[in-house]
Amino acid sequence: MNPQLFQLICFYAFGFVTVAAALSVITLKNTVHAVLALVLTFFSAACLWMLLDAEFLALALIVVYVGAVMVLFLFVVMMLDIDQEKMREGFVKFLPVGLIVAAAMLVEMLGLIGVRAMHTQVMGADPAAAAGTSNTAWLGRALYTQYLLPFEVAALILTVGVVAAVALTLRKRADARYESASQQVKVNPRDRVRLVKMAAERPVDETPVPPQESKS
Amino acid sequence: MITLSHYIVLGAVLFCIAVAGLFINRKNVIVLLMSIELMLLAVNMNFVAFSRFLGDVSGQVFVFFILTVAAAEAAIGLAILVLLFRNRSTINIADIDSMKG
Repeated sequence: MNPQLFQLICFYAFGFVTVAAALSVITLKNTVHAVLALVLTFFSAACLWMLLDAEFLALALIVVYVGAVMVLFLFVVMMLDIDQEKMREGFVKFLPVGLIVAAAMLVEMLGLIGVRAMHTQVMGADPAAAAGTSNTAWLGRALYTQYLLPFEVAALILTVGVVAAVALTLRKRADARYESASQQVKVNPRDRVRLVKMAAERPVDETPVPPQESKS
Repeated sequence: MITLSHYIVLGAVLFCIAVAGLFINRKNVIVLLMSIELMLLAVNMNFVAFSRFLGDVSGQVFVFFILTVAAAEAAIGLAILVLLFRNRSTINIADIDSMKG
């Protein structure tokens, strides 16, 4: 089979799956199913990026989104007890408005792109292969030279995100008991244990013991 | 053969689906957040396609940064959502109107 025709068939197949999964994300009743549909959307989008020879970003999309962000979404969706029926209120009411706005935007964008420009830009040779490297090396070289400062700022943003997420969700419960390590270390044994000096033998009691108590 | 317009049209379709999702899911914050993720995916699709067809690496670098920021945004957004649910026992947008916006 002609490889370019095969690529086109792959594009249409993955594109169809992407659009269908995206449609089910916004229409499915159960939120857990919607999250799983979003996973499928990202996965087929990663396949489309593979067709564009962007292997590193395709795999990063799978690792970062499917592996981390979507799992976080699933955690939150399953942790929160959501009334599914109440969430669907207004779905029918806003459906025509949403469809009209989306369709108008789509028509405008398609008009902007121009259907006649459909066959002008043909995919050339892979720029990374033309430079004699792999896609990852091509991207990494730009990332660590030209974009070094933005790269480090991105790392800083991730750190701030982690700190903010922990600071937002951390709470002190009133009924929980905590132990303070510094207090435990600083404690003086004399405050806790009192050594009492006493004779080894019990002194003889002068008052006679009542008989019923001695029996029991 | 695949042209640049194929990918741009696909990105436009994804973006419009995400906008429709913002409109028709007015109650559920989680679906709203997922619609925003879809929008970012549509933009990333355009970036990768332009980077490939123009032979410029900057597009893919920007996709990398968008992925980073989107991950941080999702983490903080979900943290706020959990906090909201803990305080108000609801994530219905119609009930969250204490700021009278």
